[in-house]
Amino acid sequence: MEKTHSEKTMTLTLKVWRQEPGQTGGFQTYEAPGISEDMSFLEMLDVVNERLIEDGTPPIVFESDCREGICGTCNLMIDGRAHGPEKATATCQLHMRSYNDGDHITIEPWRAASFPIIRDLAVDRSPLDAIQEAGGYITAPTGSASDANLTPVPKPAADAAMDAAACIGCGACVAACPNSAAQLFTAAKVMHMNLLPQGQAERWQRTENMVETMEEYFGSCTNHGECHEACPKEISLDFIAMMNKDYVKSKIKNRKLSGQG
Amino acid sequence: MSGYSDVLDSKVPDGPIADKWTNHKFDMKLVNPANKRKFEVIVVGTGLAGASAAATMGELGYKVKAFTFHDSPRRAHSIAAQGGINAAKNYQNDGDSVHRLFYDTVKGGDYRSREANVHRLAEVSVNIIDQAAAQGVPFAREYGGLLANRSFGGAQVSRTFYARGQTGQQLLLGAYSALMRQVNEGGVELFNRQEMLELVTKDGEACGIVCRDLITGEISTHSAHAVVLATGGYGNVYYLSTNAMMCNTTATWRAHRKGAFFANPCYTQIHPTCIPSSDPFQSKLTLMSESLRNDGRIWVPNNFDETRAAADIPEDERDYYLERKYPAFGNLVPRDVASRNAKTVVDAGKGVGSLKNGVYLDFAAAIARDGEDTIRAKYGNLFDMYQRITGENPYKQPMRIYPATHYTMGGLWVDYHLSTTIPGCYAIGEANFSDHGANRLGASALMQGLADGYFVLPYTIGNYLAEKLGSAPVPTSDPVFAEAQADVTDRTNRWLSINGTKSVDHYHRELGKLVWDYIGMERDKNGLEKAISEISSLEEEFHKNVRVLGSADTLNQSLEKAGRVADFFGLAKVKARDALVREESAGGHFRSEHQTEEGEAKRDDENFKHVTAWEWTGEDSAQNEHREELTFDTVPLTQRSYK
Amino acid sequence: MAQTLSKPGGTQRPAPLRKPVKPLPFPLSLGQTAIGKKWLMALTGIGLIGFVVAHMVGNLHVYEGPAVMAEYAESLRTMFQGLLPRGTVVWVLRLGLIAMFAIHIWAAVTLNSMNIKASPGSYAGGRDYIAANFASRTMRWTGPIILLYVLFHLADLTWGWWLGDKFVHGDPYHNLAASFARPAVLIIYIIANIALALHIFHGAWSMFQSLGINNPKYNAARRGFAAGLAGLILVGNLSFPILSAAGLTDEDNRKCDPYAEEVLECLEEQLAESGH
Repeated sequence: MEKTHSEKTMTLTLKVWRQEPGQTGGFQTYEAPGISEDMSFLEMLDVVNERLIEDGTPPIVFESDCREGICGTCNLMIDGRAHGPEKATATCQLHMRSYNDGDHITIEPWRAASFPIIRDLAVDRSPLDAIQEAGGYITAPTGSASDANLTPVPKPAADAAMDAAACIGCGACVAACPNSAAQLFTAAKVMHMNLLPQGQAERWQRTENMVETMEEYFGSCTNHGECHEACPKEISLDFIAMMNKDYVKSKIKNRKLSGQG
Repeated sequence: MSGYSDVLDSKVPDGPIADKWTNHKFDMKLVNPANKRKFEVIVVGTGLAGASAAATMGELGYKVKAFTFHDSPRRAHSIAAQGGINAAKNYQNDGDSVHRLFYDTVKGGDYRSREANVHRLAEVSVNIIDQAAAQGVPFAREYGGLLANRSFGGAQVSRTFYARGQTGQQLLLGAYSALMRQVNEGGVELFNRQEMLELVTKDGEACGIVCRDLITGEISTHSAHAVVLATGGYGNVYYLSTNAMMCNTTATWRAHRKGAFFANPCYTQIHPTCIPSSDPFQSKLTLMSESLRNDGRIWVPNNFDETRAAADIPEDERDYYLERKYPAFGNLVPRDVASRNAKTVVDAGKGVGSLKNGVYLDFAAAIARDGEDTIRAKYGNLFDMYQRITGENPYKQPMRIYPATHYTMGGLWVDYHLSTTIPGCYAIGEANFSDHGANRLGASALMQGLADGYFVLPYTIGNYLAEKLGSAPVPTSDPVFAEAQADVTDRTNRWLSINGTKSVDHYHRELGKLVWDYIGMERDKNGLEKAISEISSLEEEFHKNVRVLGSADTLNQSLEKAGRVADFFGLAKVKARDALVREESAGGHFRSEHQTEEGEAKRDDENFKHVTAWEWTGEDSAQNEHREELTFDTVPLTQRSYK
Repeated sequence: MAQTLSKPGGTQRPAPLRKPVKPLPFPLSLGQTAIGKKWLMALTGIGLIGFVVAHMVGNLHVYEGPAVMAEYAESLRTMFQGLLPRGTVVWVLRLGLIAMFAIHIWAAVTLNSMNIKASPGSYAGGRDYIAANFASRTMRWTGPIILLYVLFHLADLTWGWWLGDKFVHGDPYHNLAASFARPAVLIIYIIANIALALHIFHGAWSMFQSLGINNPKYNAARRGFAAGLAGLILVGNLSFPILSAAGLTDEDNRKCDPYAEEVLECLEEQLAESGH
């Protein structure tokens, strides 16, 4: 049977974290009436903001960009879950039909010591870039590449690399981790390249540098598995195991490569 | 007509089309490696074009400063491209070649692009794939480990490379990783959360930019020998589009106001397979890959006041209008044809869904033919995405689709070097107008962005810089910087002082409605004239009545948006004017006065075989029109027909 | 709030929480990083689990009566006697055990302090756990409980601090029964062993991840293995007090008076009679 578009609207009560730069924050409660179930969660916040502006209250600051679940900009902790209740769904793809009239929703920024709050719900996730900068690349200066089909990539390797590369860098793994570890993010980035033939030359330096940069900013992995549950792209914990192995190996390999083995 | 083209010199090199680029590369002045360090280049925007350009110039040894208004370069909207990237590799041995890709692109662009540029694009397309594969972009592979291809957007050959449905993401991550490598090695300085709000020129040459730090509100100035704008398209002028929330025209518009001509702003690509909006507060539209049209059948009910569910409507009360009107191509007609026909039936009142704003894309026949599993294997992720957004199960009931703005072919006018009309200011990627003519082929946006960034600009910019050897960039202590900085500060403070009654989003929505209604899929003279006057009055109201709360010295998203929307107003007006003077229908520009008896676009090659480029003349006067005549020496002009 | 650091060039980025350390030579360098420490924790964890299992299996001798139990205890001290002086092997094992404990605890403590520094406290609105289970979230509590219990257990049954006159060196059967006769000890024992099982339940799964032992074929079995192992240890260890209370180990059935001077000789004779 075709679902008829309901004209049903709902009224929600939002508990939203508000925080001015340099100050300690706290929850503010807002009513959100007239919410359609076809709205996305962020559109619901747009509506709340529109009303706040009318009332002369500065709108709630939250970040989003593509609103189709790929850029990784949106980042809300909704009722204690990174990206909210739906599995494999970024905040921007969460729709209000997941809620019922009268629901109370708590919205918080992501919390980690290395994700300082900028304002309200916006946090600074640039340490993830530091990890990437430390080695998240395959050195291939423009113009130096040979014909792409000269290096066949076994399909399973290409598929596994793609599974890892699907990471959108939203930081949900850090937000969901009780230790604020960035292990899943880093593992996705490291293994994407470590699995490919093109990534072999730098494999061991890459692993060592990225992991050690990660540890300058984030906590350690205690294998809770919360990161995987929160991940909008469902990146597998297997990549963490692979990275752990590669890291310990890198400690040996890098000595060997430099002739000290 | 000749009176128009005096100022625009495309600088297309002489010689046979296939040799132009090779010869030109040899003819260009080179910068000695030891001297490259002495040149500073600013790159604004870090999407495919910007990140690849910054990385490549960093590798070459230039001192590059890359600016992004995101927290990370990886967030640029190139990331959202789904389908793939074209390249004339001919790995499938199905008759593809550089010449064929060139030919298809010129033809697909409805003969409104510059042949020499398009040929160069087709030539370097093959290098892009090599480059991306070497960087570790996980392209789809065959079982033998070689690259897989698919046919895309009605192309007759399989030349599209892809990485699941996330090709844009993977290519951007490739360019981003190359950029981060340069950041690590010191070749590129990366400035994040910096929005460019002004281009600084001295003696008619670009010498730097003014930025606002989005976190602290600090207004800073940066100087360089050259400025490269890679800031994307202006699709968000429609408010509802498939663009990201932050996509805007400010950087290109500011350059335009400083003397860069804006070319072909009327060309906008409307993508036929998007999810229709569901409520007045819809913030953006989501595109679903065009590949869905390979198996889905598009129809609307015959009855105007149809209330039955799709499944309950008998076959003989359905109108498969594309199959009916275009028996040869059926549901696979080009994007603009599919879009316009959807608009026609919805405007006629046959739309489906509670807002009657879509048409059905029905997979029932395909599922009956191939089985649900086959369809799931092909489109599973798209079906999931559709269900997540609409709450409807497309395996059980038809999808609802409607066209949405997707890509803008127009942009800053650039010559063969990708230089705008301001010496030292370059535009690459979607920000320029160059390669797609009036309509872009599927899977060509990624190709063009990367071609410009990896393989074209890094060469051509050397030609300009070589002449600057020995001269330092204009210092930021120069009065031109102070002036530009003061200008930006004033503008920023002005938004905060208006204290009107309506939000920025309100005005953006209203503007978007006007642009969509009058400069959308179908335009006519009356509508366009109306658009110009209504946009102007809305703009006036916006400047008097917008309400921006908060302060300038902190993260203030309303303030950011106010500046962007203000520039969209300017762009919307020139877009309308451009559409008004182009008295023909071509690609993404359809004038209802100019159509064939069957309702197809009717080009006028005699009078409009040119690029229209607009010159800013000041706040109070309309832009001056300039023209660059196009010549088609290699691809013969033909009228498209999809019957 | 972390201080914002500007890289030369203007990339705004929070300052790192930790400074990079000067690397020590391999394998000591493993101890300098979290993944290395987790690797060490997993390896020592395997050793410690091995001990727990061996300890439990060995103690099952208690069901064969006081004499066999005493013989088993003695056999630990006399391993490789003839080659090595009495007690050497058991001391080597003990030292190994102590080293493993020390490494395991040191890694846990330092990782914990790293994690506390990295996560500034919980969510004000609470957190809704999905994958993290009770065992994984209580590792930092079950660990110390186990450590305290081990110390108590040594003091109680190895050094005999609290049994006083009732402690008979060399007669573990008797000492066990005497110890379990006190309800407080029984409760401590049960709590500690539940903590141990929880710790092993998460640890035995977690070590595969930490060591990077990963094979899609067996990944699903890793959870089952951990649950089975933890369950086995729990059942085995809890059987001692329970069966003891149920009378299976009965002090009254002894032929040797535990308080007699010559109890060890008596137990030895008894063994010889039964043909051991």
